[in-house]
Amino acid sequence: MISLAHFIVLGAVLFCIAVAGIFINRKNVIVLLMAIELMLLAVNTNFIAFSRFFGDVSGQVFVFFILTVAAAESAIGLAILTLLFRNRRTINVAEFDDLRG
Amino acid sequence: MISTATLLAIVLAPLAGAILAGLLGRKIGRTGAHSVTILGVGIACILSIRVLYQLVWGGAPAYNQDIYTWFQIGGIGANVGFLVDRLSAMMMVVVTFVSLMVHVYTVGYMADDDGYQRFFSYIALFTFFMLMLVMSNNFLQLFFGWEGVGLVSYLLIGFWFKKPSASYAGMKAFIVNRVGDLGFVLGIAAALHFLGSLDYSTAFAHAPSLTGQTVEVIGGHPWSAATLICILLFIGAMGKSAQVPLHVWLPDSMEGPTPISALIHAATMVTAGVFMVARMSPLFELSGTALSVVMVTGATGAFFLGLIGITQFDIKRVIAYSTLSQLGYMMAALGASAYAAGIFHLMTHAFFKALLFLGAGSVIMAMHHEQDMRHMGGLRRYMPITYATMWIGSLALCGIPPFAGFYSKDAIIEAVGASHVWGAGYAYWCVLLGVFVTATYTFRMMHLTFHGAPRFRVDPHAGHGHDGHAEPGVLAHAPHETPWVVTVPLVLLAIPSLAIGYFAARPLLYGGFFGSAISVLPAHDVLAGMAAEFHGPLALAVHSLATTPFWLAIAGIALTSYIYLLKPTLAGTISKALGPLYRIVDHKFYFDELYTALFARGSVALGKALWKGADAGAIDGLVVNGSASLVGRIARRARTLQSGYLYHYAFAMIVGLILLLAGFVLVPHA
Amino acid sequence: MSIELLAFYFFAFFAVLGALLVISLRNPVHAVLSLVLTFFSMASIWMLLRAEFLALVLIVVYVGAVMVLFLFVVMMLDIKVAAAREGFIRYLPVGIGVAAVMLAEMVALLGVRAMHVAPPPSAAVMGGQANVVWIGRALYTEYLLPFELAAMILTVGIVAAVALTLRRRPGVRHQDAARQVAVSAHERVRLVSMPAERGGNGAQP
Repeated sequence: MISLAHFIVLGAVLFCIAVAGIFINRKNVIVLLMAIELMLLAVNTNFIAFSRFFGDVSGQVFVFFILTVAAAESAIGLAILTLLFRNRRTINVAEFDDLRG
Repeated sequence: MISTATLLAIVLAPLAGAILAGLLGRKIGRTGAHSVTILGVGIACILSIRVLYQLVWGGAPAYNQDIYTWFQIGGIGANVGFLVDRLSAMMMVVVTFVSLMVHVYTVGYMADDDGYQRFFSYIALFTFFMLMLVMSNNFLQLFFGWEGVGLVSYLLIGFWFKKPSASYAGMKAFIVNRVGDLGFVLGIAAALHFLGSLDYSTAFAHAPSLTGQTVEVIGGHPWSAATLICILLFIGAMGKSAQVPLHVWLPDSMEGPTPISALIHAATMVTAGVFMVARMSPLFELSGTALSVVMVTGATGAFFLGLIGITQFDIKRVIAYSTLSQLGYMMAALGASAYAAGIFHLMTHAFFKALLFLGAGSVIMAMHHEQDMRHMGGLRRYMPITYATMWIGSLALCGIPPFAGFYSKDAIIEAVGASHVWGAGYAYWCVLLGVFVTATYTFRMMHLTFHGAPRFRVDPHAGHGHDGHAEPGVLAHAPHETPWVVTVPLVLLAIPSLAIGYFAARPLLYGGFFGSAISVLPAHDVLAGMAAEFHGPLALAVHSLATTPFWLAIAGIALTSYIYLLKPTLAGTISKALGPLYRIVDHKFYFDELYTALFARGSVALGKALWKGADAGAIDGLVVNGSASLVGRIARRARTLQSGYLYHYAFAMIVGLILLLAGFVLVPHA
Repeated sequence: MSIELLAFYFFAFFAVLGALLVISLRNPVHAVLSLVLTFFSMASIWMLLRAEFLALVLIVVYVGAVMVLFLFVVMMLDIKVAAAREGFIRYLPVGIGVAAVMLAEMVALLGVRAMHVAPPPSAAVMGGQANVVWIGRALYTEYLLPFELAAMILTVGIVAAVALTLRRRPGVRHQDAARQVAVSAHERVRLVSMPAERGGNGAQP
């Protein structure tokens, strides 16, 4: 029988893979953005699982909003990325340190 | 009936003059400035005389009414109101009359001064504040006038502000008065606390409830509330009326123009303390201790400060010390519960002391602003009117019958002698010997100034006026009698100096003139005892020829006449013979030196310590710069955290998340 | 092992595999395609959770729009793969370590306790309604204002993305809609009066 734990652990695994991805692909902005998408996916899975197991519609509504905001975020993020690349000819994060204290 | 409009006109007319002369001085010019202020004060003077007439002969009841409420807190109201009874009406007449005389005199005295309009503005403003003070019906307005006259006094002492000594004297007067005013404010606060009202009539009505109330000023030593209130109020009076030991500012205030010395520092403002104590008689009567303090302080000043006058050579300073001595007399009378005698002396003194000061100013004008009596002498030939009026003033000051000063001073001496409060014996000797001292310094001044051979030289090439003051005692042209604007006030002041005592002695001292304005407990009422022996002013004058004070005065006059007219060298010999004693008196009992060493140096040392230690060290160094540099140091470290690299921030967030989760795992929860 | 559990493991395996490929592939295009795989698998898992509407939204919006956008950007930009992979091996142990610690903590916190919670019957949960109806009722009643705000955010996102990337290159022909609208008749057509030619060559249509 599938229990709540299955979904929760799957979400956690995806989240941790995304965290590891942020660590090892520290120079590549596109992979960083994709890792963030993965994290959101993991979180959304949690929401949906809880919504299903506790019978509350709020969880799914929340996922709906997260998807909306995430779509907007990706659009703007990619726009910024394009702009960055156009101005700096690179997407290497190690070269973006204008905010160094 | 006294109308509110009249009283308002009395107060506001000088104020209007002051504002016009002060703010529009340039536009209306010199003539305009003295015209508006003289007009304002003249109106006040005429209306004051009318008010006094209505009260004394017209049978009008005393006026006591609030006119305007400034604010109301709880049950305590801050009102502007007038209490005009015979006491304040008399003060109003004295203030406005002397002020008017001084205004007229100033036209001549300040004729060639640049600050002409400013000066008129100040003295008219002074008249306003002084009237507010004497006409007040509550403590707050009294304090308003009290501080106002102090302010104008400061401005006028430092009138010639380009002269450093004048600025210093102004500051000295202001600071010494602050000491007194601290006591005064505390006294008003104590009165408000115990009596529950700022209004005189309400407060005095509650005064009997003070008996038996005590307050612990120093832990474990209960003081009578009445004594506390009265002594605090008297500290204020000590500052304003220049009583020992707060008298040090008055001699220095002579740096101001002479009309000011006459108006403020002799006739009116310095007597505000005397007036205030008399006004507060219902409170002072409740405390024998306070009365003793008042009497002993006053009597000490009357004798010892008079002594200093004998050693001075500046003509204005001699009169200043004389003022200190006479103020001591007034206070001694108040201490003996002879309030009427004190106020009587206040009035006569206002006339003859203003006369003496204005006369001295006339002499100074003739001598081209030379004030040192060692360079005068023989002036009687050059300025007869000044000479004659100065004689009248001097005789009045010495208390020679039947001049005004005789009646008031005689009453004081007898009252002090008849008093039974603690210290009355000492006070009696002081005021008695004070008579001799008074006569001595007065006639020393007269002789040095008007008699003997001239000790100045007339040299047409010595430059003109007070500008070419290269050599003391050298005048560009011979001294001459001063213009009519100067001599007319002298003559007008000489008349009351001569006669007012004779006419006013009976009603003022024994006739219950002041009515309910002054209250005296029957046990303290020394004047009532003296009234039995009073058989009219003429009889008193004749009788006095056989009394000690009269012969002491005569002795003083005779002694100085012998020394200064017959044996001029004797003065130096005596002062040498008395050696140390002379030096102590000549240094004014070292009060200034003591204050400089104790308070001035002490404050400077304290200030330096606070500046170096507390301000520069603790506040600037530790708190201000310290906190700034601490922030700087922390920031210098912390900025290295901001690498600008995206993955560093991501790393920090993830580490934070791990720690948070670890917290949830490790801390057991429901 | 029920068929549901079997399906769960099947989809979970591909989801995790896709996620691992996303973070480890050298070629960004391949990485995006792996992410698409993960999204598909997770959509299927959401189906298992009876969240049919969201599963379809995930596929349509994410795979259909967002991932295509990613692909487009990745292909458009000229990314130097070697530079972007710099430090991959060096940080691999750290990344794995951190991920492992975090996973252990998360499982310890949530997984163990959630182990024995069995799903209630789906019909009972959704009140006998279809999933779309269930969410729809909530969205258009209780969450109407946030819903409108979400629409607003999407619009703003579009405007922002366009505004950020828009650039005018000189010498490039493009339409100016504003000028097109503001044009007036006399600018469009010029009427020229010419004298008719007489005795022309007669070659008129």
